[in-house]
Amino acid sequence: MGNASSMLTQYDIEEVQQHCNHAFSQQEIVSLYERFCQLDRNNGGFISAEEFLSVPEFAVNPLSQRLLRMVDGLNFKEFVAFLSAFSPHATLHQKIEFIFKVYDSDGNGKVTFTDMLDVLRDLTGTFISEKQREVGLYFQVLTDVLDEAGYTKDSLMILSDFVKILGNSGLKIEVEVPVD
Amino acid sequence: MRSPGQLKSSSSELDLDGPNIEDYLPSGSSIQEPLGKLRLRDLLDISPTLTEAAGAIVDDSFTRCFKSNQPEPWNWNIYLFPLWCFGVVFRYFILFPLRVIVLTIGWIIFLSSFIPVHSLLKGHDKLRKKLERCLVELICSFFVASWTGVVKYHGPRPSMRPKQVFVANHTSMIDFIILEQMTAFAVIMQKHPGWVGLLQSTILESVGCIWFNRSEAKDREIVARKLRDHVQGTDNNPLLIFPEGTCVNNHYTVMFKKGAFELGCTVCPVAIKYNKIFVDAFWNSRKQSFTMHLLQLMTSWAVVCDVWYLEPQTLRPGETAIEFAERVRDIISVRAGLKKVPWDGYLKYSRPSPKHRERKQQSFAESVLRRLDEK
Repeated sequence: MGNASSMLTQYDIEEVQQHCNHAFSQQEIVSLYERFCQLDRNNGGFISAEEFLSVPEFAVNPLSQRLLRMVDGLNFKEFVAFLSAFSPHATLHQKIEFIFKVYDSDGNGKVTFTDMLDVLRDLTGTFISEKQREVGLYFQVLTDVLDEAGYTKDSLMILSDFVKILGNSGLKIEVEVPVD
Repeated sequence: MRSPGQLKSSSSELDLDGPNIEDYLPSGSSIQEPLGKLRLRDLLDISPTLTEAAGAIVDDSFTRCFKSNQPEPWNWNIYLFPLWCFGVVFRYFILFPLRVIVLTIGWIIFLSSFIPVHSLLKGHDKLRKKLERCLVELICSFFVASWTGVVKYHGPRPSMRPKQVFVANHTSMIDFIILEQMTAFAVIMQKHPGWVGLLQSTILESVGCIWFNRSEAKDREIVARKLRDHVQGTDNNPLLIFPEGTCVNNHYTVMFKKGAFELGCTVCPVAIKYNKIFVDAFWNSRKQSFTMHLLQLMTSWAVVCDVWYLEPQTLRPGETAIEFAERVRDIISVRAGLKKVPWDGYLKYSRPSPKHRERKQQSFAESVLRRLDEK
């Protein structure tokens, strides 16, 4: 692999399938490979942050900067593994784990109050504080809902907390890979 | 709501040209409908935004506009393969040289008459203009012949009148050649390097074409002024503008730049649809030079396309230039069977401005606030 113009062999596809726990069918992998080559403009065998941002729909996403930290410089195997959380075959646990990783910016397996605040700020931009003219409104909102759910702002959340909170909320996080 | 200084990104000025992209994008997916009291899991559940991001990574409407479609292989079959081989030999060793000869003859005729006409008839402006017009149409016909252009023109031919401007969808520079062989349009185009640039600055300049550099902001003003002057002149060639500002693969249309629609002129839409049966006429300027693109066309069997001259449109009372542009884009897209996408073609060269993201963030923030109030 690496050479963008080369075709995938059956072995390559199986290897990638194993790497992503069979989240995608062989046809889907082929489609994803085409897409990967399309995004990898300079045929480097990996997709840089700059190349991800060349997709305007991705660039305008409020979480794009945060996601870039996870996707910058992915090769094809990692690219598929990254997307596997969005496969219909992925388990709920895998999906929640993915969300957890988005929150856990330093990757130490713990989500702090600041991490949650940061994501909330990414999602809302500057609008809440500007409109309300109340410094730290998020802070208050987050403290309140944490409190209600039985946490404090000093508690460190681990993956199982996320599973408990999001486990039965009817999470919908699925992307269909276009197959021709 | 926002301080003006915040919008100073490289593309912000360009973005003001277009309609709201939110009008097109699937709305509401990142906005949660109020479902009662705000709970922790509602705040932590970022799945809609993540799904959108992953969806854009897997497939997006912008990249699709500029994708050259690979031809379906049909020849790997014992019966068809010899036939295909024969075709290759014929196309490359008989058709191609013939076409080069045709084109060379065309150039010889053109140059040997254009240079004298241009330099000798200095005093007779009217006659000189007329002859130059005919000659440019002639050389374009030679170009079309050099790829066996099978072009069907529908609708009444354009006439020369002041205060009208023609707008067409854009697939390749050959759009211009195909339209030019019928009518000597004056065109607004990006300045190209190499031999195309040379033609632009010598021959095409004499038919009143206007060149600019996409990246130069001050070029935009100069072009706007030249445009206004041009459409007022009675004896000027009709003006042709490709308002998409970039080549699209003839399956989609990107946003129209509003420049052509605020001149106060009648806008005559022209729709061009290529039949990709023999060759893909989309010029992917990232992947190949224009010379390579022409060679590709000259070694194919034929370039088949339809051109529709559509009914002239005028600005309706109360309509903004952007709405007008969108209406004309609609007319062209329907006629040529193209899908409309909400993107500015210039995003090929720059990033979307932060205001698009800010709008998404605002709607999310509002939904959070709404749910707080219900407490």
